Amino acid sequence: MTATPATDHAPRVASRQVADHGVPSGREEEWRFAPLARLAGLHSSGEPLTGAVAVEVTGEGIEVETVGPDDDRVARTLVPTDIVSARALASARDVRIIRVPRESVGVARVTVVGHGEQAGSHIVIEAEPFSTGTVVLEHRGSGALASNVEIRVGDSAKLTVVSVQDWDRDAVHIARHDAVVGRDARLLMGHVTLGGDVVRILPTVSYAAPGGDAELLGLFFAESGQFLEHRVFVDHAIPQCRSFVLYKGALQGEGAHTVWIGDVLVRSGATAIDTYEVNRNLLLTDGARADSVPNLELETGEIVGAGHASATGRFDDEQLFYLRARGIPEDLARVLVVRGFFTDVLTRLGLPDVTAAVMASVDARLGVDLAGTGLEEDDD
Amino acid sequence: MSTLEIKDLHASVETESGPREILQGVTLTVKAGETHAVMGPNGSGKSTLAYVIAGHPKYTVTSGSITLDGNDVLDMSVDERARAGLFLAMQYPVEVPGVSVSNFLRTSVTAVRGEAPKLRLWVKEMKAAMEALSIDPSFAERSVNEGFSGGEKKRHEILQLELLKPKIAVLDETDSGLDVDALKIVAEGVNRFQADGTTGTLLITHYTRILRYIHPQFVHVFFDGRIVESGGPELATQLEDEGYERFIKAASPA
Ligand SMILES: Nc1ncnc2c1ncn2[C@@H]1O[C@H](COP(=O)(O)OP(=O)(O)O)[C@@H](O)[C@H]1O
Ligand SMILES: [Mg+2]
Repeated sequence: MTATPATDHAPRVASRQVADHGVPSGREEEWRFAPLARLAGLHSSGEPLTGAVAVEVTGEGIEVETVGPDDDRVARTLVPTDIVSARALASARDVRIIRVPRESVGVARVTVVGHGEQAGSHIVIEAEPFSTGTVVLEHRGSGALASNVEIRVGDSAKLTVVSVQDWDRDAVHIARHDAVVGRDARLLMGHVTLGGDVVRILPTVSYAAPGGDAELLGLFFAESGQFLEHRVFVDHAIPQCRSFVLYKGALQGEGAHTVWIGDVLVRSGATAIDTYEVNRNLLLTDGARADSVPNLELETGEIVGAGHASATGRFDDEQLFYLRARGIPEDLARVLVVRGFFTDVLTRLGLPDVTAAVMASVDARLGVDLAGTGLEEDDD
Repeated sequence: MSTLEIKDLHASVETESGPREILQGVTLTVKAGETHAVMGPNGSGKSTLAYVIAGHPKYTVTSGSITLDGNDVLDMSVDERARAGLFLAMQYPVEVPGVSVSNFLRTSVTAVRGEAPKLRLWVKEMKAAMEALSIDPSFAERSVNEGFSGGEKKRHEILQLELLKPKIAVLDETDSGLDVDALKIVAEGVNRFQADGTTGTLLITHYTRILRYIHPQFVHVFFDGRIVESGGPELATQLEDEGYERFIKAASPA
């Protein structure tokens, strides 16, 4: 058991053992927004999760192994710091290790499908030095899943990991995504959260050597009653690294609730770093609630730049007026504005099929059929 | 042949100290083939008139009427008015982040024409229209009005005018913020739009310089929320020489 400082500098227990972690009361900072009663008990005991999710890995230019949770490549980057991630690890039957070998290019798609059971899963993604990899994780179906994804980006590697939460409306998902970025390496980590009843994603990025560059991008759309939380922690302890965090959320309907926490810690040795984080939320109706808490802590002033921004707003009437003054009906104008709101995140993610899925979801949620509107270019 | 008819129009805006009447009885008829210039000092209510014609929700019409070919415009929603053939080139075009110019134009043209143009023809049409206004093709992929210079925004408005071919166009200070070259390009666009005599234009402006390139048959002096004098092109010359002083004095109670 080791102790690592959390953003609030309180020592935090890091241990594979479920028994080393307490049951949260809900008063802890990390749990204060979470609706504990709706977590399907994922947090409330140390018992193994005995159900399963179907995990399938396909791809090209990658190597996939299945190992047990005790393999020494497992829980190295991500050592559980709470009961849910410890349970995810302990309950994971087959840990997948997905590797992009040195100096090569690999693409993987991981589909995780729930069938209404309670399960734990653990996945390791490793981009070896000088490799370029893209891994898309797609979550579908129902059930309650505690999952860990540990990500290692080797020196000078470029890795994109995008996790899409497209769960059925009743699913519960708590995930920890921990990444370490190597020398002159680049990580793009994305979170696209659309479905589920309660989804909590806790990404953490740290750096192993100077020159690391991490971009964390997120997009979420909560409808009536959905709780979607993204709690980001960027730990700058190494000089000359960069982080950029951009999460955008749309909310509609009574009781739609999103939480975005952006903790960026710049430790005293992390000189010449550059960090910027931003969260923007668009409230499409009354009755929805977006919590947004950027938290930038600087222990050194010898940096290139550090900033944060957070804003939650409603539909811009002037934008809607402008579009409607060009003949575009109101419902279609709203779709354009929401699509536009998400465009920069999707462009940065750079994955056309993820973009298409998000756009389709936006259209469906806003109840507009785009056939014949000129927006879908499929008529020739 | 289209006719926009505005009769004794009164409109107000909600302010902190209650509703404030800005339009105080505007009467004006614009027919196909006609270009009308509405000229007035800042704050006289010109943009309010333009917005009320387009249906901006900020303004409440308290009395009077607007009809297009006999149809009650005030009864139509903002987008219905545009589909009925009204167009407003805005003084301050709005930025719509993340919506590309090409998607925007195609959606808009589809809505106004009632069917999506065939993709290949559409791309050609858009390219030609952009070229005529010296708009760089890369604009098609940029977000609507985002990061556009003042002149680029105005050219983008005229691009929409030419693609949407409304029955009646209201151009609100389309000339402001343009250098001489851009002013000529924009004026040529308006003249192309107006050329075949089937459309009407209501040109709102503060300055006379655009009238060197666009020649209205009718000039109206606008002050304090209404038209205080109407005439032919000679009225613009008079304004150029004398300014608004005389009209303002004449309109103000002694
Ligand atoms: N939303 C508003 N709230 C308060 N006053 C307004 C509003 N819009 C316009 N006005 C006022 O109405 C008057 C006319 O404005 P405007 O129509 O923009 O004039 P113009 O376009 O001729 O310069 C001005 O005094 C302006 O301050
Ligand atoms: Mg004005």
